[in-house]
Amino acid sequence: MKNIDSRTHVRGESVYLDDIPLIQGTLFGAAFGSPIAHGIIKTLDLSAAAAMPGVVKIFTYEDVTGENQIGGIVPDEPLLAEHHVHFCGMPIAFVVAETDDEARAAVKRITVEIEPLPVITDPREAYAQGEFIIRPRTHKLGETTTAWSQCTHIFEGRADTNGQEHLYIETQGAYAIPQENNAIKLYSSTQGPTAVQRAVARSSGLHMHQIDVDVTRLGGGFGGKEDQANMWAALCALAAHVLHKPVKYALNRMEDMAMTGKRHPYSSDFKIGLDNDLNILAYEATFYQNAGASADLSPAVMERTLFHCTSTYFIPNVTATAYSCRTHLPPNTAFRGFGGPQGMFVIEAAITKAAESLGIDASVIQAKNLNKTGDEFAYGQKAVSEAHACWNKANELYDLEAIRDNIAKFNSVNLLYKKGLALMPICFGISFTNTRMNQARALVHVYTDGSVGVSTGAVEMGQGVNTKMLQVAAHVLSIQPDRVKLQTTSTYRIANTSPSAASATADLNGKAVQMACTEIVRRLKVVAAGELNVSAEEIFLKDEWVYANGERTDWNWNQLVMEAFTKRVSLSEHAHYATPDIHYDASEEKGHPFTYHVYGTAIVDVTIDCLRGTYEMESVKVVHDFGVSMNPLIDRGQIEGGIVQGLGWMTMEEIVFDQAGRLRSNALSTYKVPDIYSVPKEIAIEPLKTEQDNLAIFRSKAVGEPPLMYGIGAYFALRNAVRAFNPMATIPFDAPMTPEKLLLALYQSPTAPHPMPSANGETEVAQHLAVNS
Amino acid sequence: MIKFILNNKNVSTSLPPGTPVLDFVRYRKQLMGTKIGCREGDCGACTVLVGDLNEGELRYRTATSCLMPLGNAHGKHIVTVEGINMSDLNPIQQAMSDESATQCGFCTPGFVMSLAGFCLSKKAPTVQNSIAAIDGNICRCTGYKSIKRAAARVANLLAQRSEGTPIQFAVEQEILPAYFSNIQERLQALSLSLNGELGNDNPLAQRVGGGTDLYVQKHDEIKDASIQFLFDDADLKGIRQDGNQCIIGPASTVTDLIESAVMQTYFPDFKLYTKLVSSTPIRNMATVGGNFINASPIGDFTIFFLALDATLTLSNGVTERELPLRDLYLGYKTLDKQSAEYLKQIRFELPNVTTRFNFEKVSKRTHLDIASVNSAIKLTVEGDVITSVTLSAGGVAPIPKRLFKTEEFLTGQFVTEEMIMEATSVAQSEISPISDARGTEAYKRLLLSQLIKAHFIRLFPELNVEQLLVIS
Repeated sequence: MKNIDSRTHVRGESVYLDDIPLIQGTLFGAAFGSPIAHGIIKTLDLSAAAAMPGVVKIFTYEDVTGENQIGGIVPDEPLLAEHHVHFCGMPIAFVVAETDDEARAAVKRITVEIEPLPVITDPREAYAQGEFIIRPRTHKLGETTTAWSQCTHIFEGRADTNGQEHLYIETQGAYAIPQENNAIKLYSSTQGPTAVQRAVARSSGLHMHQIDVDVTRLGGGFGGKEDQANMWAALCALAAHVLHKPVKYALNRMEDMAMTGKRHPYSSDFKIGLDNDLNILAYEATFYQNAGASADLSPAVMERTLFHCTSTYFIPNVTATAYSCRTHLPPNTAFRGFGGPQGMFVIEAAITKAAESLGIDASVIQAKNLNKTGDEFAYGQKAVSEAHACWNKANELYDLEAIRDNIAKFNSVNLLYKKGLALMPICFGISFTNTRMNQARALVHVYTDGSVGVSTGAVEMGQGVNTKMLQVAAHVLSIQPDRVKLQTTSTYRIANTSPSAASATADLNGKAVQMACTEIVRRLKVVAAGELNVSAEEIFLKDEWVYANGERTDWNWNQLVMEAFTKRVSLSEHAHYATPDIHYDASEEKGHPFTYHVYGTAIVDVTIDCLRGTYEMESVKVVHDFGVSMNPLIDRGQIEGGIVQGLGWMTMEEIVFDQAGRLRSNALSTYKVPDIYSVPKEIAIEPLKTEQDNLAIFRSKAVGEPPLMYGIGAYFALRNAVRAFNPMATIPFDAPMTPEKLLLALYQSPTAPHPMPSANGETEVAQHLAVNS
Repeated sequence: MIKFILNNKNVSTSLPPGTPVLDFVRYRKQLMGTKIGCREGDCGACTVLVGDLNEGELRYRTATSCLMPLGNAHGKHIVTVEGINMSDLNPIQQAMSDESATQCGFCTPGFVMSLAGFCLSKKAPTVQNSIAAIDGNICRCTGYKSIKRAAARVANLLAQRSEGTPIQFAVEQEILPAYFSNIQERLQALSLSLNGELGNDNPLAQRVGGGTDLYVQKHDEIKDASIQFLFDDADLKGIRQDGNQCIIGPASTVTDLIESAVMQTYFPDFKLYTKLVSSTPIRNMATVGGNFINASPIGDFTIFFLALDATLTLSNGVTERELPLRDLYLGYKTLDKQSAEYLKQIRFELPNVTTRFNFEKVSKRTHLDIASVNSAIKLTVEGDVITSVTLSAGGVAPIPKRLFKTEEFLTGQFVTEEMIMEATSVAQSEISPISDARGTEAYKRLLLSQLIKAHFIRLFPELNVEQLLVIS
């Protein structure tokens, strides 16, 4: 089934935040962000701005009617800065004016005097200074300290990954419309309507039941609108609450890029030990997470890094410690993979380091150490593993040996171009690691004309969750899909939702829809049984007809629904689903946090231009563990999109902050995401057929995040291609592999010391960088 | 009043002519299918079609409406996605839908419009050309594979096209609505009713060509500025050969260059070079003169024409003077040009049989990106000896740079691997790159040396590559 929104999408008729018809009298907001990354506000002069045409009011922290606080996990994020500023772009004031242009013009007239304080952009520096968001955490299995003595080979190193800008094409935004009795109707481009509702209630001083957050769809989210939509919603709601006028703020691209957090950069140390047979016996890792200026979701992201620190490998002795380090960057946040990719990069770097040192291919070590069903993860859960099945099938199906031979032949005769290959096996845990978030509700109404409205807590952002919800409802009710409409996601209809995140949205909300529809079907069967004088067990509904004892009756869906209404039987149901069997004890760092894992293996091959340092992605060939896909069209799109986003993170996407904490890659002209020519020439996706049951909706495993990690293979493939040209190059594990790093590695002299990996990818940047030159 | 046809309606507006078409269609006409993604022409979410009469014939090109002032829409046909909607999905939309080439949907109307532009163009209906038509559209969801599949289906739609214009074919096949068949007449009628609405006597008026750089740099100021529009000035258009000279009107767009017979004849690889320059909608809008005058140290065409040693004619409306392009740049974004002066003509000597030419560009993303370093070279060889050479490089100095010292070194030399390696050292002595978001100084230095080697490897295939790719 195609995405149910595709018709309005291709016609330009789908409604996003900025497309909502305006109510007369709507005012427009614009935030004034700190020009300095760290300092004390001495004076804030709003007079010139306030005198600008059209300006209605300029809000500062003093105007906040509730608590000046929007932090989710940790209350450390003011809505508007009071005396301290902690990152460049941190909102200090919020201008509200009659037009969008007037609001932005006024923002430019605000002046602020800030006494600068030292700026930290490097998580290792923050670590050295004891700047932590939360306590460090350690995952431990076996005993690494004693295991080292059993290792034949021990290697140590460092690995760095830069951040990643979400670059949802629709920027952040909100539109708040005051209602009677201080209630607020709030349109927000958010993955987490409840998070927005909570932040608004707290900062405006209202109750949650006064705030209806309503979301039709997002123009992309990728994690960037999980918690970071709160700020703009809270500012608009505050202004609407105080001024009693509708207030809208749709960020422009530069505001969005400068003011919002990104994927967390990590700097990590690793130590890996192997025995004679290349079994990994011990692994130690220390992760320095660059959290930015406040917690946001960093503690949860850090936790997921630990959960994925051994990726798909079984290692009997593991000690992994993570520090969430406070720096003066915008608060980094959720991004597809949520810390998992960062952890997985480090174990791949460790394996690669071992392989290169031993003069073997990394895949030898990878294959040897893939986990098996029953193997224990460092956090205590036992694997139900498809790792070997995916790996072996990929090797055979795509004829890995032939690919290798071709590459070797190509490299032996070509000097200007070299090819490189890497395998990337993945294993990704599905569930919110915060156990209490693994619940969802659905509200299903059957109307008397036989049409069906479904509300859930899921937010549609392109991942096709509404299509899947519709499939569930139509399947369980056994009616035509066009009878079902997915309603907007509203906090008035569905309360206390978890954000659409963690790849778990379709599972959680889908199960709730399934339960609600099943209950309605049960009632309808009773009605039918009464009319047909049979027992309810003998009734079933199929393709809009009532069957009794296997025979089709002359009762159809519409008649049955009307009869139920006439009999005063409820045609509505609100169902609640809570994932069974999951638990986690953070004090012991043991438990069963994930409902299941998703496995897969990708073979990535690339070609580099040894003269110019540029590269092309040849192919990504995948065997992926779908369970049984309930929507192959949508799931294929998720895999292709995830792979390309992962490739982007590993190759051209380079976030650049200068030493003063100012974002230099602050526009699409300076931050490059993959375009149509930079994607792999071929992406092949083969499902792994599995028989065993799982807890996914219709056994269709979550597909949102896992494929992103296939992209990590691109980094190692490029590295291998460089080494085919310059075998002596010592290349730091420092992603992304930009054309710059690649060219410098190609021509790195064996005698020259190799450059240290730059902290969060930072390069020293000249002050007079022009936007477009 | 600015007058144009918007979809199926004639519209006129008294808004400032510097207002972006994007704002007009979204916020004045409530045509919300045209999306705002970046406002700098880099995402394509706001792509529209622009139809105008070119030598009497209706022609459509795509444009990013965020960078297009209303003044450049005057007298034309502007088409948003609403203007190509029919009661059923048109075949382009059907292909996008069938291939699941839309996920969040925000970029989708832009892709649909770019493909519509392809259907209306005279480009051969190949899959490659269909994909090239969407080279200016960014999608963050799909990974493009499904979009490529849709683009291939669109190319197939056009396979039967033979007689008649692309517009006729698109209407007959119900790819686009029937009203397109009357647009040529309606534009002719409209043009008769126009009467110098864009005239501007203000000597200090901001001159705007395609707007593709100005609207990025000065987005806020330019909307209400006093503007003199150059884009449709017939005196500033045209690419022609005059003896061994090529004469270019500075308002010629990059697409005009690509389509010109002169450039195709004398630069057989021109399409390869220009594929590295911006994207289809930007190439449709950006003018050669604008590329020179915006004075970016890495303007691709500045570098290209520096190596051709182009000469400019500058006019202040009363008197004219000639200035070699190499002398235009005095310092970072400062020009040897009076504010009253404007660029009237560009000319350069066409290559002859002994001339070899090459253009190189490396950027973080190979396509739709600004160069880290770019370079062009023109040289003549007689009897294995370089008799003349011009070499330019961008991104290595505050101005687009002619590498005079390197040229001097190269002149009179035999082309050998050792000589080329030495030339790269000479080049290092005359550049001063800075570290910025496009690369560190060390990288730009290395890259320039590599691009100089690349010039020679392309122009002298007999060279021993191994000796040029040594790791020092």
